This record gives sequence, C-alpha cells and structure tokens, in this order.
Amino acid sequence: MKPAPFGYLRAASLDEALEALGRHGAEARIVAGGQSLLPMLNMRLTKPAMLIDVMRIEALREPVPERGALVIPAGVRQAILLDRPGLADDLPLLAAALPWVGHVQTRARGTLCGSVAHADPSAEIPLCLVALEGEVRLRSRKRRRSVRAEDFFTGMMVTERGDDELIEAIAYPTRAAGTGYAFAEVGRRHGDFAIVACAAVVDARRMRLAVGGVADRPTARDFPLLDGSALDDALNAFAWELGAGEDLHATARYRRDLVRQLGRRVLDQARQDSLRCS
Amino acid sequence: MQLDAQQRHRVRFTLNGAPAECEVEPRTLLTDALRHGLGLTGTHVGCEHGVCGACTVAIDGVPARACLTLAVGVEGCDLRTVEGLEPEPGRLGVLQAAFRRHHALQCGFCTAGILMSLDAYLRLRPGAGRAELTEVIGGHLCRCTGYAPIVAAALEAAAILRGESTQAANQEETAHA
Ligand code: FES
Ligand code: FES
Repeated sequence: MKPAPFGYLRAASLDEALEALGRHGAEARIVAGGQSLLPMLNMRLTKPAMLIDVMRIEALREPVPERGALVIPAGVRQAILLDRPGLADDLPLLAAALPWVGHVQTRARGTLCGSVAHADPSAEIPLCLVALEGEVRLRSRKRRRSVRAEDFFTGMMVTERGDDELIEAIAYPTRAAGTGYAFAEVGRRHGDFAIVACAAVVDARRMRLAVGGVADRPTARDFPLLDGSALDDALNAFAWELGAGEDLHATARYRRDLVRQLGRRVLDQARQDSLRCS
Repeated sequence: MQLDAQQRHRVRFTLNGAPAECEVEPRTLLTDALRHGLGLTGTHVGCEHGVCGACTVAIDGVPARACLTLAVGVEGCDLRTVEGLEPEPGRLGVLQAAFRRHHALQCGFCTAGILMSLDAYLRLRPGAGRAELTEVIGGHLCRCTGYAPIVAAALEAAAILRGESTQAANQEETAHA
C-alpha cells in the first residue's frame, strides 16, 4: 500500500525540528532512517499530517563518548555504529545484539533512536538500553529531560515521549570493570522479529536479565548471584511473571521455555565474561 | 525546507552516474518514483513494507529498501539501480554473468534486489566470504531458487572481482562446449 498524504519538512537544524514539532504536536512524526516508520505509513497504521526529517541535522550525526557512557544522537544509523572501532570493547552487549537487528539492508538506513521511538517489544536496541540501565534524552522547544530506559517504555509501542518531544539521543553505559555481558535470541529466521531475546549483565554483586518479545515492553529483573536449581527456579518465576502471550510464531509455553533456557544461557555466559575481565 | 502534502515537488539526485530529477508528492516512495516517475522498472516491488528485498537499490553506496525510502528524502543522494549494472548496453556485468552461469534466477522477481545488495556490499567489502554473503542474501526472499545457486554465483563473482578467478567464465564455457 501507499502512505496517506503528509507534508514534509527537511529540518536543517535541531531548532527548526523542535519548533515544527511544537507547532504540529501529535499530528507530526519524526522520521530518521524510516525503517520502522515507513512500514507503518505504507500500511496506513499511522497517518501523520507532517513528517519531520532529522537526518540532515549535522549536530545529530556522531556518537559522543561521555564519562561512562556512549551517547548516540538521533541521526546515527545502526550500520555506522556497528562499524565503530572499539564498539565491542566499549559496549559488548550492543555489539553482540546489533547484528540481530533486521538485515544489512535495513541497518544501513535505520537509526538506534528510531528503534527506541518505535518501541517494538521484541526489538533488540531498546532491550539493550533497558539491560544496561541507559537513558533516553528528550528535548522539546521548552525543556530537556532524561528518562531512565526502564521508565521510558510504557507498553506495546507506547513510550514516555510527549507529542512535542524529540528523542535527541540515547545513552548506553559503557563496559564496567568486572562486569560481564551476553546476548541471545531465537527468531524464525535471522533478521526476523525475535520470538524471545535475552540480554544479561552480571557483576560481583548481582545478575540482571532483560527479556524482549514476551511482555508488552522490554523487561529486566535483578537477581542476586544464583546458580543451580535456585537460578532455574528464579528464572521460572520470572518467565511466568512476564505474562507470555500466544501468536502465529510461538505459543506462550514455548516463550516461557525460551526465557528459562536462553535466560540461563546468557546469565552463565555473562558470569564467565565477568570473571574473565575482573 | 517544507513541502506541501498535496503538491508535487522536484527532487534532484544522481542516478547510475548521471544527474536525474523527478516530481513527487512527499508521500511518494522511491520505488514509485523510479518505476513510474523515471520509467526504470528494473527495481521490483514485492511486499512494500521492507520484508522481501525485491526493491533494494544502493543509496550513497549502501544497499537500502527503496520501498522504505521517501523519494523526497534522496535529494542530493547518489543512487544506483539494476539498470546501472550493465557495463555497456546489452552486456552483463560480472555479478549478472555469474547469476546466469549458476542459474541463480528463475522467475527473476527477486533478482534485481539481490544483485544490488551484492553489488553494493562487494564494493564495500571485496573480501567477503560465504558466511557474510549468505547473511546479505538473507535480507531477500526468493521463492524459486532455494538460494544455493545465488550463494554460489555471489562467491564466484566476488572471486572474479578480486581478480582471483578471471578464468571462471571461460573454463565453464569450454567445459560445456
Ligand atoms: S518491496 Fe521493498 S522490501 Fe519488499
Ligand atoms: S527467482 Fe523467482 S523469486 Fe527468486
């Protein structure tokens, strides 16, 4: 299908984009790489009156290292970040997860912030942001604020973002000493939406498991350092709490089983990884 | 720069090495601009939501879904489509010839997209091996070939482009003669 008609603004600066967003509010959508929004437009699942293109804004192009974090502005494409030298050292979790995001052909265009804005419950980029306790930096004409990833995703494709707010950047905390990371996913084919995706972060005090594709948003849980059957029991309880649903691709039972199996696998791997780099 | 929803607007870009322009509404997809606006029907449209890969073209040197790209968004970009692959009219490029030798197409609906993905990818990473090329092809659906001949053609073309296997074509032809 073809999109319904909309106006189009190619913003030359952040101010221009924010001003237009303030004026059009809920009638406008931001478009960056378009890899999540264009399917929605083509299928007419969304019919904005105005699209604001932020890809020509110079200030949003480059990732910026900050103390303890890598800040990724709205214009950074997934393929560009994946090719960033040192990504596997700074953000091993993201480096492991990004190859699972769509295909070469969609990563070439799609941005990280776009995936966060779209907030698909099975998407890898939001999952890693929640697993690493990153933040989303929002900006409107009037204010700037920073929202913790866990508070940002509020439901199936629903987020904390106000109608006049642009996701200016997301910030991923970089690798900490003595911390291990691991990612695993099961889908119908590589590049398809995940049936279940798991990301683990383990240090000397706790194990954190984030799960995508099961609840209506990426969901994380902190556990003390467990192993053996105590860990299996904790994972089983978590799997049930996520409230898995049934669809064309998997039964609820299969999803719960994937949480138990993949969850265990990534936690074990991350723990090994944490011991290696302590 | 703001464009009205109901009006047509001129977009300028480079297409297969030559300057091109067309007039589109803001909602016009790049697939439709190429096919209907410019008459280049080599770029195919399958699913129109990013899944099948039939519409893949190269935008600024990287493979991308034309059906997930707004025509107004490619202002000033460098586009390549399957029409740009032939070295001169009526002759096949290296990739195309390898596809032909390996029977890597049957109905041909998916072929233009796969060729453009491989062409763009091999320019960026000439050393790509089987695993990498299989992943690139994984971004496309082909309902005819079973993919094996596509992978074989891609590997052979990559080797020829690297100068490792210039004889491949000739050898095969003599073997069949
Ligand atoms: S038509 Fe573009 S991906 Fe199918
Ligand atoms: S050759 Fe028919 S779909 Fe690929």
